[in-house]
Amino acid sequence: MSEPSEQDRHRARYLALREAAAARASSPPVFPPPPVQLAEADRLQHAAIPAGWYWCGRVARWQSLRIANPRGAASVAALFWNAEDTSERFNPGDTMKLQWTARLGLGHLLFSDMGRVLAAITADTAGGHDALAGASTPATDARRYGGAQTRNTRDNFRLGAAKFGLARRDVGPCISFFADIGVDPAGQFVWHGTGPAGGFVDLRAEMNLLVVLSNCPHPLNPAPDYPDAPAEVTVFRSAPPGPRDPCRTAGEEAIRAFQNTDACFAS
Amino acid sequence: MSVTQANSPADLLLDRIIPPRAPFSAVLRRGEVLRIVDVAGQQAVDALFYNAADHQERYSAQDTVLAQNGPYLGLGAVLLSNEGRPMMTLTADSCGRHDTSAGCCSCESNAVRFGHDTRHQHACRENFILELMKYGMTKRDIVANVNFFMNVPVTEAGALAVDDGISAPGSHVELRAEMDTLVVISNCPQINNPCNGFDPTPLRVTILGGAARSP
Repeated sequence: MSEPSEQDRHRARYLALREAAAARASSPPVFPPPPVQLAEADRLQHAAIPAGWYWCGRVARWQSLRIANPRGAASVAALFWNAEDTSERFNPGDTMKLQWTARLGLGHLLFSDMGRVLAAITADTAGGHDALAGASTPATDARRYGGAQTRNTRDNFRLGAAKFGLARRDVGPCISFFADIGVDPAGQFVWHGTGPAGGFVDLRAEMNLLVVLSNCPHPLNPAPDYPDAPAEVTVFRSAPPGPRDPCRTAGEEAIRAFQNTDACFAS
Repeated sequence: MSVTQANSPADLLLDRIIPPRAPFSAVLRRGEVLRIVDVAGQQAVDALFYNAADHQERYSAQDTVLAQNGPYLGLGAVLLSNEGRPMMTLTADSCGRHDTSAGCCSCESNAVRFGHDTRHQHACRENFILELMKYGMTKRDIVANVNFFMNVPVTEAGALAVDDGISAPGSHVELRAEMDTLVVISNCPQINNPCNGFDPTPLRVTILGGAARSP
């Protein structure tokens, strides 16, 4: 029997990785239920983000960021940069293809463009976060709200980035939390909503991060009026991940990504 | 399917074979047409677009898919900038579907996806970095790109994967520049997934003058 060709070996490895990802998706790891109330002593920063506004802040490695949706009517778009080298930033393409999914949620990782992990989603009571369809811009607001004076995420991102000394070129593609968006067989986006009232996601920073959050209605949200929906953000003290942390052991891709990330902090 | 030919040799501003794994860049004037031919089939073409007069205005994949309400690019797709302005229109497409969500390959993401032993393989981002530096840009300026001839279906359950390419030998696209646009291309070197049939092949790139086709 002849040896398999290099192409055959590469295809076999690709299909094995794909099958392993599908198996993980059908039996996801179990996470302990997150505390709904964070202990006062653990809360490091807390802010309300009024509808249409933004928040920018620093989150240190292994601190966590809770983004909450008290009325369940907000969507919150986010950008992340490595605080020590802002040329390293959130990369939605790598985030989706490394995890074989466009539907991000509990247990998933947010990847930088450098094969490293920016943050891990350690809690998610909302379900459905999107990295395909972007967020609002002056053009999408004009189409949806006519001539009304509305605030949009593109400009919020530019303002937030500027406050870290960054520029328009540093504002790239984003992730939208509380924006459950699917793709139908005809290739059209389908809006599944913003999740429940009181929904939240917890992101554990895996490196020191600069973060901008924008609380503007998602352009695919069919609600006719600009919602008066606040969001809340809390930076809190969280336990360092252990060796069996489910985010860190979710498949060989995650293991390699954390090897790359932890190498930056080896001492 | 639509096939166009240059009306006369005078319309042909550039005609080049891009070898496997190689980069390419050119500035198109408004109205000029970029034609990319997948010579042997199943070859992904990673592409970025910048306003030639203001490089901070550049292609925005998310604005583009949002405006057309779906993630795949095909005939008639309008590539929008981060200022919401049309940069390029897909005026011919004999393949049918192209990706703009899965990004480009990099040494760093290859190492995570396929094993640390794949880190030292050439990748699209290496091409992008070197080509962009000719124009005074850096890695910071790389955004989500278009992947012509790359097949990345998203299922209703959200599963996303690079599947076998659907472009046949000779498949082509034509893009009309709607502003003066710097186009940067990487003829994708990836050998670890099906985007190039596990065997990268050449492209043919031509630029056609605008006068004959947009009166």
